[in-house]
This record gives sequence, C-alpha cells and structure tokens, in this order.
Amino acid sequence: MKGIDQLIIPDVRYAPDHEWARLEGDRVRVGISDYAQDQLGDIVYVELPRVGDTFERGEVFGTVESVKAVSELYIPVGGEILAVNPALEGSPELVNTDPYHEGWMIDVKPGDLKELDALMSQNAYVRMLKGLD
Amino acid sequence: MKESLGTTGLILNEPLLWEKGKSGRCGISLPRHDVDPAPLDKDLTTEGPDLPDLSEVDVVRHYTRLSQWNFGVDSGMYPLGSCTMKYNPKINEKLANLKGFSGAHPLLPAHLSQGVLKLMFELEQFLAEITGMDAVTLQPAAGAHGELTGMMLIHAYHKKKGGHRSKIIVPDTAHGTNPASAALCGYRPVPVRSNEQGILSTGAVAELMDEDTAGIMVTNPNTLGLFEENIKKIAEIVHSKGGLVYCDGANMNAVMGIVSMGEIGVDVLHLNLHKTFSTPHGGGGPGSGPVCVRKHLIPFLPVPRIIEKNGAYALSSEFPESIGKLQAFYGNFGVMIKAYCYIRSMGPVNLRKASQLAVLNANYIKENLKKVFHLPYDRNCMHECVFSDKFQNAYKITTLDMVKRLMDYGFHPPTIYFPLVVSGAMMIEPTETESKETIDLFIDSLKAVANEAKENPDLLRQAPGRCKVTRLDEVSAARHPCLAG
Repeated sequence: MKGIDQLIIPDVRYAPDHEWARLEGDRVRVGISDYAQDQLGDIVYVELPRVGDTFERGEVFGTVESVKAVSELYIPVGGEILAVNPALEGSPELVNTDPYHEGWMIDVKPGDLKELDALMSQNAYVRMLKGLD
Repeated sequence: MKESLGTTGLILNEPLLWEKGKSGRCGISLPRHDVDPAPLDKDLTTEGPDLPDLSEVDVVRHYTRLSQWNFGVDSGMYPLGSCTMKYNPKINEKLANLKGFSGAHPLLPAHLSQGVLKLMFELEQFLAEITGMDAVTLQPAAGAHGELTGMMLIHAYHKKKGGHRSKIIVPDTAHGTNPASAALCGYRPVPVRSNEQGILSTGAVAELMDEDTAGIMVTNPNTLGLFEENIKKIAEIVHSKGGLVYCDGANMNAVMGIVSMGEIGVDVLHLNLHKTFSTPHGGGGPGSGPVCVRKHLIPFLPVPRIIEKNGAYALSSEFPESIGKLQAFYGNFGVMIKAYCYIRSMGPVNLRKASQLAVLNANYIKENLKKVFHLPYDRNCMHECVFSDKFQNAYKITTLDMVKRLMDYGFHPPTIYFPLVVSGAMMIEPTETESKETIDLFIDSLKAVANEAKENPDLLRQAPGRCKVTRLDEVSAARHPCLAG
C-alpha cells in the first residue's frame, strides 16, 4: 500500500469514484487512478464494454476484478465507446503497473465536453484523497 | 491469553486416487454368482471407465487424510460474516433420513405424500408467523432465486395495476446479489448510498423514489450488521409513490421473533433456510430460499401451491394470476425437513433467544476489539460487526495479512473485504452457538495478531505458518486458473 505522497497523480481529470479522464484530440481516454489500483490490489480481470455502446455519465461501463473484490467502473464522461484497450484481456496487471498509460481502459466520443470540466482537477483530487485517509 | 488452539502437528500428504491405484487391487468381495455366465451384447460394451484399482485401506486412508486437511464447524469456530448461522444440529440429519422422507418421490400422487405435504404446509405457516408475513412459498432453490421470485412478484403486482415501472432502488449495504436479481427481472437497479451512520436515510430514498420506480430492495439488518432504523418511514415513502418494499432476509437470524417484517412495511421478504434455520451452508447445501409475502401479493405466488382441505393436503395450480412454476419439482425438500426440525426443536421462546444471543455475542466482540481495530460505525450492531485495517495500515499490514495469521491461532478467518463500503473490511459473525470461552480465546487471538502487526509485521506477511499450505499465490491462481486436473 502506498501513502498519498507515493501515489502518481498526473494532471488529468478525476471522478469521485477514482476514474480518470484525459482529452486526446477529439476523444476522451478513461482509466482508473493509481490510488484506485493500489486500493484494489492485484487486478486479475477487467470487463469492458463493446465498441459502439453508449453510456450516460455515471453509468457502469465495466467491472474490475481483484483478488479482493469485483468493483464497478463508472464512466466519468458520457458518450459512445470508440475503443477498448485490447491488452487488458491478457494482461490485466497493466492497470496495476501503469494505470495512466498502458493500463488505459476505454476511449469515449464525448457527448458533452462540459462533463469533463465538471470533474476534479489534479489538486482537487489530492485534496479529496487526503480527506479520505 | 489461554493456550492457543493452533499448534504444530504432522499432517500427511495424500495423492489423487488415480495416482495411488495399482492394477489388481480390490477393496470388495463380489458375492458368488448364482446365474450362468453369458456373453455381453457387443453393441453394449466398450472399454471400461478409467477407475483406479484400490484396496479398502487405500480408500479409507485417502478420505480420512483429506478430512484432516479440512476445517469446518465440527472442528472449530469460523466467524465468517454474512454467512450467518453455522449450527447444523445432528438430529436434523437423522430426521431428514427417515425412510418416509428419503424415499419420497416427487411424482407420487398427493394421497401417498400426505406427510411430506403436511410438513411443507406447516413450515410455510411457521415461517409466516416468525416473519410476521401472511403467506409463504417454499419453491425457490436458494437465496438469489428467492430474490428473483420476489422481483417477479413485484412485477406481477405492478402489471396487474396496469403500470409499467423500470427501476428499483438498491442501497450500497445490500447483498451483492440484489442488483443482479433486479436486473435479471428486467429492472434497472439504482444505487443509493447509506449515510454516515451506515444506514439508509429517508431523504436519500425520497429523492430517488418516483412513479417509474417499482420499489426498493433493502437488506435488513444490512451488510454492516446494522438495523435499518428508518425502515418504517422509508416504506411509507416507497408506498406513497405506489412502490413495494422488498427485504433481503438473509440476516433474519438477528431478529427472529423480535421484528415483525410485515408491521415495519415489508411487502415481500426472502429467507435463507441455510442461513437462519440451521441447514448446512455452502458446500454442505443445497440452499433453500422461501419467499414470504403480505396479503396483496398472495395471488401471484408461484404454483403449484400446497393447499389443505378437511385435513387432506394437495398441490394446486388453480391460481390464474400466479407467476408460474419456478423449478421442475417443488424446491429442495431435504432442506425444508431440517428447517422444520429446527423450528420444532427450538420453539418460539428459544428462536428469539438464539437471535438475542447472536446479537449479544457480536456486540461483545465489537466492544472488546474496537480499541485494537478501527470500527467505522461505532454503534450497537446486530449479529455481526465490521472492522477495518486502518490502524494497521500504519505498519503496512492489511486485513488479508491479519486473517492469514489468525489461522495459525486455530480460527477460520472472518469475511474480508466485504461489505465494499468499508475499505479493508473485516466482518465478524460469531453466531449464537459459540461459548464465552471460545469467543474470549478468539478475541485474545486477534489482539495477539494486532500486536504482532506492530512488533513483527513480516511474520504476518508470510502467514499462515502452521497450516498445511502457507501463503498461496492467489494472484496467479486467478490470472491463470488451472481448470483441468
């Protein structure tokens, strides 16, 4: 387990349920934060949606299974799924080792970019984590 | 602390029977044949099955050794939370094996099955009385099947009223199967968070409840082991918008004969006979998930139903509004006999006492350990209490490490990492049957573990040390499961 100052918290947007979202061109890439993967422990399975599925903000888009528990993934920005990370099927541990890059989960075509602005900033997320601990 | 239960001891390895067999060995003597030998029809014969040749001693030692690897309710305390009663009285087995029961066939006509039908009829009435509900079906095969049955009853009710509702409210302290059962019935589960006291607030439910919501699925007592104190007001809110209240009664063993579910506004409730009425649980199953309803849902109960007329019992399907049949025959009958036995053995006074003792024991553990382990909701609990590993995180020790070490002290680990609303949860349910001496030893063992977390954390990270197998690689087992022998 990491202390808060050991966590990697890059400058992306964060949801209260610990998903991150990053604007990349016209799509939003989504994954879970270093804090989330650290809390979950070793991840053994990631269930992701199909390309073309659409979700409203806050809906469950998949599940992540660790040796501790199965947790739901909530989409931080609503829209259509443009891509899912194919590497996670065979190597779910990428979410543990590199949650912000190789461990990304989905690409979304955002319905409303304002939803991205409504998410937490890097600083706000750190403040929330400190409150959580 | 008294002498620890856990000790070292020689445990014997044992291979698979296939590895043990040697061609030509035999454990039985076939009786001398009393007919003339005759050749077998070639079309009916093939190569024999792959079975090992074993002597009697080979087989007896095999299963004896495997049983010694095991830990169960007959060997010690297993404080798993949310698994409820672990008492399996031996008399239940004896009576379930009575010839009239064990030899019964589901296709026998009613007039040759009177005893069986009478037992089921009376069990339905007992369960209705214990829960304060009006009628019961025994058909569902287990708890989640009971949940689905409850959802189908709610759906049938709304359909008859001419309405179509698409959502159902499910709190974050409900059992994990609840949202799945609602979804299987076609409803969209809408999560609602519990408040800082670990229970539902009326405001949170009022905010979500509308005329497109079929009702609420609440587990009471909930998975934090807390009684939903606002349930009556919550039921009023749900009813005022035309919805129904479903209660997951898996934790009913905390409130038998104390809470009338009908009076607090519950419309439909399922029970787990294997959780509250002493029938074997888990691998010892099968389960049984009777569903109890209030009057307005009786017409929709599954068929066939057991009816009584002038002292004669029969199965009847003459209920046109019924949701239909839930399985091929009529539930897991062997389990019903054991629950019936338990209820008759205990009687109303002792059933209530079993609940009171379950609650007392859990509170005793909670009070004795709350200085050692973080208690997220510090209030009176019901039959189970939930701690977290927050204090021990300072030494980089997790709940998993602590419960693995507890095995070295001779106890089965409690439930861990559930409920999800508590990070690093450790959920302890002692039940009504453990003595004060056993519970005190359990408390002392956990205190010793907490002390080791501080003094010698590496010991915990490598635990268990005294078990036949030590720390397993659960990650590899889950990522690369070996599904063939």
